[in-house]
Amino acid sequence: MRDFKMSPRPQWNSLSDVPMGSSCSSFHICDANAAWRVFRPVMDYSLCIGCHQCYLLCPDGAIHKEDAKVFHIDYDFCKGCGICAHQCKPGAISMVKEDQA
Amino acid sequence: MIKKLNARNIDAKECFYGHKACGGCGESLALRLALKVLGEEAYLSLPAGCMAAVSFIYPNMAFKNNAVITPFASTAAVATGIAAGLEALGKEAPLSVGFAGDGGTADIGIQSLSGAIDRGEKFIYICTDNEAYMNTGIQKSGLTPFGAATTTTPAGKAIHGCVTEKKNMFEIAAAHGITYAATASIGYPEDFLNKVQKAKECDGPAYIHIYTPCPTGWGHGSKITVDLAKEVVDTGLWFLAEYEDGEFRLNRKPGDFKPVADHLKRQARFRHLSDEEISQIEVMRDRKWEKMLKNWG
Amino acid sequence: MSEFAFLNGNEAVAWGVRLSRPHVIAAYPITPQTKAVEKLSSFVQNGEMDCKYLHVESEHSAMACSIGSSSVGARTFTATSSQGLLYMSEGLPYASGARLPIVMMNANRSIATPWNIYGDQMDAMHVINSGWVQLFVEDAQEALDMVIQSFKLAENHDILTPVMINVDGFVLTHTYEKVDIPGQELVDSFLPAIEKAPHLMNDQDPMSLCISAGNQHYMEFKIKQHRDMFKVFEQLERIDRDFEKSFGRSHGGAADGYRNEDADVILVTTGSVTGTARVVVDSLREKGIKAGLVKLRLLRPFPSDDLYELIGKASAVGILDKNISFGFEGTVYTNVNSSLLQKGYRGRTFNFIAGLGGRDITKENIEEMFSALLEQKGETVQYFNMGCAL
Repeated sequence: MRDFKMSPRPQWNSLSDVPMGSSCSSFHICDANAAWRVFRPVMDYSLCIGCHQCYLLCPDGAIHKEDAKVFHIDYDFCKGCGICAHQCKPGAISMVKEDQA
Repeated sequence: MIKKLNARNIDAKECFYGHKACGGCGESLALRLALKVLGEEAYLSLPAGCMAAVSFIYPNMAFKNNAVITPFASTAAVATGIAAGLEALGKEAPLSVGFAGDGGTADIGIQSLSGAIDRGEKFIYICTDNEAYMNTGIQKSGLTPFGAATTTTPAGKAIHGCVTEKKNMFEIAAAHGITYAATASIGYPEDFLNKVQKAKECDGPAYIHIYTPCPTGWGHGSKITVDLAKEVVDTGLWFLAEYEDGEFRLNRKPGDFKPVADHLKRQARFRHLSDEEISQIEVMRDRKWEKMLKNWG
Repeated sequence: MSEFAFLNGNEAVAWGVRLSRPHVIAAYPITPQTKAVEKLSSFVQNGEMDCKYLHVESEHSAMACSIGSSSVGARTFTATSSQGLLYMSEGLPYASGARLPIVMMNANRSIATPWNIYGDQMDAMHVINSGWVQLFVEDAQEALDMVIQSFKLAENHDILTPVMINVDGFVLTHTYEKVDIPGQELVDSFLPAIEKAPHLMNDQDPMSLCISAGNQHYMEFKIKQHRDMFKVFEQLERIDRDFEKSFGRSHGGAADGYRNEDADVILVTTGSVTGTARVVVDSLREKGIKAGLVKLRLLRPFPSDDLYELIGKASAVGILDKNISFGFEGTVYTNVNSSLLQKGYRGRTFNFIAGLGGRDITKENIEEMFSALLEQKGETVQYFNMGCAL
């Protein structure tokens, strides 16, 4: 579950806008990672058996669990690494080329 | 009795998100899973390295938690400083956790880790081992395995990759008489989750050494990261063990090891190895297991 | 109630720390700082201080632990010297860049090789660009008082910069003086509990600290840090005035003059040698020679304005350096010269290098320095008390 709102990129007009002490609020995300992706995972819910492996093993946490059998992919942050599709035993996730998706 | 953690009952909330790690990064999966157990209250210390580089570049901060980049050698020292500071300020049961890679742990950070374990204060240290300095471009570390090609131990004509074996970092941590130590692999994620849970509950320093493949550094497809991390245990090249109450325990004793060659050849860093060298790796593995079974069986 | 005691500089620092009630001390022993951390340990072990004392395995970790504890808002003290300062030096810009109000005593000592445990100021000069406030004290009383003042300075939300209190090795750390130990209640009212700065890690609004900033952002972070450091002058003066109101003594601001108003020639000093120089100035004055003295208390930030005001009218100025920047000159001299040039100073400047590796700086040496200034004779950079010809 994504637990933040995207932040605007900070604009600095003077040094007083610059954060004190090489610091920044945590979970301050301005840029999505979607552009990294060549293949996108696409889920066929009719094949999903709710084994949770895609959700468990996504290095980006980009597969969200809505209930025991509904998994939702956050395409803003999925990098298309393919772990989810590879680990999905029933083959419910297929990797589709971005321009064909 | 602590509830056993699994994919179904772990916290759905993500505390590590939007990071810029390579696709299929094993190390980032280890951090993400650890934080599912540690929770957003944990204070995190990470040295300059991949995980700091992918999650702290202004203005993108990928941790929900309080988190700090430490000097490279200082993960454990900063983490124990945080724990001491929070305790002195009156915070009840503060949780301070250091995450460092293989170089940050077994090489440059080993002194401060040793000092911190020796002080005996409660903190958790998780070594995410991808067997080379990945952030600077895949140089040999003290945890690079025999035979692996790195940019400082290339598969040369005279010398065929790394000539040394991995330091026994888990045993080194345990030799301090640490409260809890364990090895893990992201190929066995539920085992890892429960070890993090044990580390969180234990009263004193805890060390977890987790095997985390790196597609970029090892030269494998990003989708097989978890496969490799499982295979490495099944081939006996890595092991799942714990050190608790002064005793070592093997969590998993494979009957027959899966073939080493198939596993190694899936990674570009090992493709240069001759059959003879692969046999040598098997001999090293068998020697290690003989000792482990004899001493920890 | 305050009480008088015979304390050496190390013990005076330890008392200053005890009275400041830090939450965390992380330190490693090194000569000649050792007695300070021993004294602090005994305060803690005897229950006289309620403080987490971290027995670290190195100075590198002393600074790293201090970074950790300060980054969650704990009042933090550490102490070191010489090689130890150099060993922890990687952590110094981390602390200052993160704006962590750590206070550290540095017992000034030479740098190897040759190995030498005695006092000079080579160590502090090594880390002059680390972003720490660099303060030099003249005696044990000033050392004790400046620990208390330094916490107040460092923790001020306009400043939020770590402070290094330089105490000359052996000459101050091991020499006993009569020191007034202020009462705890008075110190508590002067130095209240630390108020956590908003950028530090906290449970309500989690922060990421010591972050990375690329070429689009790095420079602004660093220039902000640089510009904020100049605010130290005003705050230090204010703190010292308040200190005087509470404790009945003051130590001056960034630089302090002695018989300098009408002086023809002025010697600029840092640290303990100032005491000897005062005696020489007095004796020269008795002879009708218009000699004066300026004690530089701060080297970072560097008090250019104060310095020019204190010495602008003198015809010649000598800068006594207990350090040397190899292949150039003494570091304090470089700093003074540059700032005087900016202010349009027209007199001559000399650099007197003395006291390296614990070599005595005698009254006679200082008299020689003044005569070089009065006659404006000799090389620009001169070495004192050498045992052989150059």
